[in-house]
Amino acid sequence: MGELGQLSVAEAAARIAAGELSAAEYFEAWQAAAAGDELNAYLWSVENAADYEVEQGPLGGIPVAVKDIFCTEGTPTTAGSRILEGYEPPYTATAVRRLDAAGARVLGKTNMDEFAMGSSNENSAYGPVLNPWDRGRVPGGSSGGSAAAVAGGLAPCAIGTDTGGSIRQPAALCGIVGLKPTYGSISRYGMIAFASSLDQCGPLTRDVTDAALLLAALQGRDPCDSTSVGIEGGIVAPSREDLKGLRFGVPAELSRDAIDAGVRASFEATLARIEALGGEIAEVSLPSAEHGISAYYVIAPAEASSNLARYDGVRYGMRRGGGGDLVEMYETTRAEGFGPEVKRRIMLGTYALSSGYYDAYYGQAQKVRTRIAEDFTTAFGAVDFVVTPTSPSVAFGLGEKTDDPLSMYLNDFFTVPMSLAGIPAISIPSGLAQPEGGGDELPVGFQIAAPAFAEQKLLEAAYALEQGIGFEQEAGSRRPWNGGSGG
Amino acid sequence: MAELEAVIGLEIHVQLATRTKMFCGCELSFGDEPNVHTCPVCLAHPGVLPTVNEQAIRYALQIAAALECEVAPRSIFHRKNYFYPDSPKAYQISQYDIPIAGAGKLGDVRIHRAHLEEDAAKMIHVGESGRIHGSGASLVDFNRGGTPLVEIVTEPDLRGAAEAAEWARLLRETVRQLGVSDVNMEEGSLRVDANVSVRPAGSEQLGTKTELKNMNSFRFLQRGVEAEIERQRELVASGGTVTQETLHFDPRSGQLTSLRSKEEAHDYRYFPEPDLVPLAPTEEMLREAREALPELPAARAARYEGELGLDPEPAALLAREPEVAAYFEAVCEAGGAKVGAEPAPRTVANWVTGDLTAALRQRDEDEDFADPTVPAASLATLIGLVAAKKISHGSGKQVLAVLVEEGGDPEAIVEREGLAQMAGDDGELAGIVAAAVAANPDAAEKIKAGNPKAIGAIVGAVMKETKGRADGGEVNRLIQEQLGL
Amino acid sequence: MTGELSGILEHVDRIGNLDLEGVEPTSHVVELENVLRPDEPRPSWPREAVLAPAPEPVDGAFRVPSPQAAES
Repeated sequence: MGELGQLSVAEAAARIAAGELSAAEYFEAWQAAAAGDELNAYLWSVENAADYEVEQGPLGGIPVAVKDIFCTEGTPTTAGSRILEGYEPPYTATAVRRLDAAGARVLGKTNMDEFAMGSSNENSAYGPVLNPWDRGRVPGGSSGGSAAAVAGGLAPCAIGTDTGGSIRQPAALCGIVGLKPTYGSISRYGMIAFASSLDQCGPLTRDVTDAALLLAALQGRDPCDSTSVGIEGGIVAPSREDLKGLRFGVPAELSRDAIDAGVRASFEATLARIEALGGEIAEVSLPSAEHGISAYYVIAPAEASSNLARYDGVRYGMRRGGGGDLVEMYETTRAEGFGPEVKRRIMLGTYALSSGYYDAYYGQAQKVRTRIAEDFTTAFGAVDFVVTPTSPSVAFGLGEKTDDPLSMYLNDFFTVPMSLAGIPAISIPSGLAQPEGGGDELPVGFQIAAPAFAEQKLLEAAYALEQGIGFEQEAGSRRPWNGGSGG
Repeated sequence: MAELEAVIGLEIHVQLATRTKMFCGCELSFGDEPNVHTCPVCLAHPGVLPTVNEQAIRYALQIAAALECEVAPRSIFHRKNYFYPDSPKAYQISQYDIPIAGAGKLGDVRIHRAHLEEDAAKMIHVGESGRIHGSGASLVDFNRGGTPLVEIVTEPDLRGAAEAAEWARLLRETVRQLGVSDVNMEEGSLRVDANVSVRPAGSEQLGTKTELKNMNSFRFLQRGVEAEIERQRELVASGGTVTQETLHFDPRSGQLTSLRSKEEAHDYRYFPEPDLVPLAPTEEMLREAREALPELPAARAARYEGELGLDPEPAALLAREPEVAAYFEAVCEAGGAKVGAEPAPRTVANWVTGDLTAALRQRDEDEDFADPTVPAASLATLIGLVAAKKISHGSGKQVLAVLVEEGGDPEAIVEREGLAQMAGDDGELAGIVAAAVAANPDAAEKIKAGNPKAIGAIVGAVMKETKGRADGGEVNRLIQEQLGL
Repeated sequence: MTGELSGILEHVDRIGNLDLEGVEPTSHVVELENVLRPDEPRPSWPREAVLAPAPEPVDGAFRVPSPQAAES
């Protein structure tokens, strides 16, 4: 892609707006890059760049890779599942329409864990996605395709969804920025539902400034989504130069658990960097956060079991066993259409909601959730942000954790509490580290969480820290989009 | 064997007459082609979300006000999960343990709760004999899916089939007058299910109940409940026990068939609907709901009893339908009817519920009291004439018959037919009485001897002579006077 | 599958040991109430489009096999 591939979205948008860069040329270059996808990041991409029309707006001329969980009218949308193979939605998700309105255009639909259930993108019915840093490793999930596309030089930016960490964790494993905004800031209309009370759309970008640019376009109240409120005051590009006067809390409970040595080292180094930038580190307590995984793996599957019940072969999508009776049709369609992880979660979820078990599981989990939210509120009384490593490890090998779902779930340990509390959190690359078993260094992510609707403050701090870390300088040449092969 | 009493509760579904569906902007349909009032939301396409119809909330609050229900300060929606082709999301958005309305009452029956939910789609079953190939299939039409419903559940306060049907009529009339629903049982905008059980009379415990569904008229409701009470009575009397089940009543055969046992009842796995936020009706919304209420039957009947001095039965009859009530009040007004004066409202009530109703029944068509056959002013005049004893009651009925048949002016009709009552003060009546007394000496003797019944013969003679125009009371008085009694 | 599910359940069962007496369960994340839509009709979807994705459209409706004796 050459020079065009080096531009951030902010830079490209500015040049296009100034007439210095041809939007059509820019789009064509990215379309060609996407067509050369060797990471299995895309399930569909624009075939004919000539169909692209130049548009005005803050994102005028910017191609965006869109996770295949967002409905795009007339374009295949599968949610990574066989059960929606060939399905073309009759409408477009609000988030995508807002990007359109800002002048951006869909470049392609990215691969994902089936119905957003997974942390490695190995649960897709359409094959796993490869990490551009090391193609023998996972990119993370469930927005693995979006993360790999941005990190691998196949898209200048992307949007994904985050339910328990599905934007932040792949961003960390791929060395890019991933933001999960406050629950309710971006409309969920048109975003195929996994866990309704947790799902949120968010940007995956090269840097914090690009994330802010996308968030500004995406956020807003939508009459089609009763749970959307938008972000009061909107979002502007961050510009903070240091972290003076800001307090960063490290949760005592979360640091205790198993984290790879390399990840821990990078985390500690970043804390030192924060202090060097004038920020203060303090210890905070989130007593209930360690139960986040347990609560999450009750609530999310429960809501999913209900949300996925509509895939029954009656009105759209796959139908099997229609020659038998009704029950046979339901059972065959869903047995053949859903992958094992989806089935696992539907069963778990159905159990958690069933009569006699509701109080012990779903009811109890929602109480844990209240406690976690309270913990954060208390912590934010003493600090401005809560920080953790995004993921306990760097990218692991393909097939390494597929035999043990529980060990896969534990990848979400640090990200799940913020999802349960509904608060915004961002992952920025903090450095490189060797995996536990040795080998070439891989990206490490640093997570910053803020109070609800404090995205601007969050982006400002993340921006300042990003500048201070200088990941570009450290790993820039190895970045796949800079021509480096990664690992 | 102890006497068994029946215990009945009703579950009523009211389809609201809003313009759009409960959770999307599709218009409600009436017998249109299948699937022409649908959208991605009510077809449950991937990624869609529900949005709550504002008018449905208003209507639900009006129903709550009419039924004197407690309104929950905060209520939420729940998902009721089950697989069936008529439920596209495989869950119905309803309300579970925190409904919009709680305890209330209508007439003598307590309301347990009322809540909002969406209607299912329609399935047309096609058998092998149908045009569709294959062994049994269904065609699903989603037009109706998503129509707003209010479900009203009563306490088990009813004790008989007739009582249940009567109360169901009262509920229907009450809701109809709110203007929030067509409440037409045949069209399906009103659906009534009955929960029936029996127990020893005087017992406080409730017996096992069965649920009766699919009765689409008040008559069938009554007959169905009757049949079920009978069935349970016989079962218990022969030593059996009632099992909880859902039954269908076929009015043609009078048979009750089991639809499914509630033992295998569904686990609906209710949980709070995460895509919708709670309802917290504001003071203003509650006030608007109360102010939107027209005077309802129960309140009106109470007013008729209290202010107009009517007895409970005619009060209830006249108060039930607003058109009849308005007519009744117009007649009172036109005639200047006041309690204590003549004609009193009680008199008007008797005329309307009695003679007028009887006269109208002679005709083939149903009376529309909003456009009455006998204008209120005319009836008022007629009643006034009788009350003032200008004509007899009997003559009045004759005039009424003419008014119903041809219309006209009561006074003119009296004149034309020569129905003016003979008053006692112009001497003509006295003369006829004297002649009758003279013509019936035996009767006269008996009367003087203290046998009051004998007066009948003389009264009869006078009536014959006057062609019924004499006032019976006055005739009596004159006879007594002339006989020196 | 069963083994995996048991393992997961064992883990999530831990929350059963927590003392959460008096804690309100979260039922709604955003603090909103009374989000209502005006009762104004929006154009419905054209029927051809409605039935286009249908696996078995028949006579303007969606055909499904009949349920057997035990339905919903």
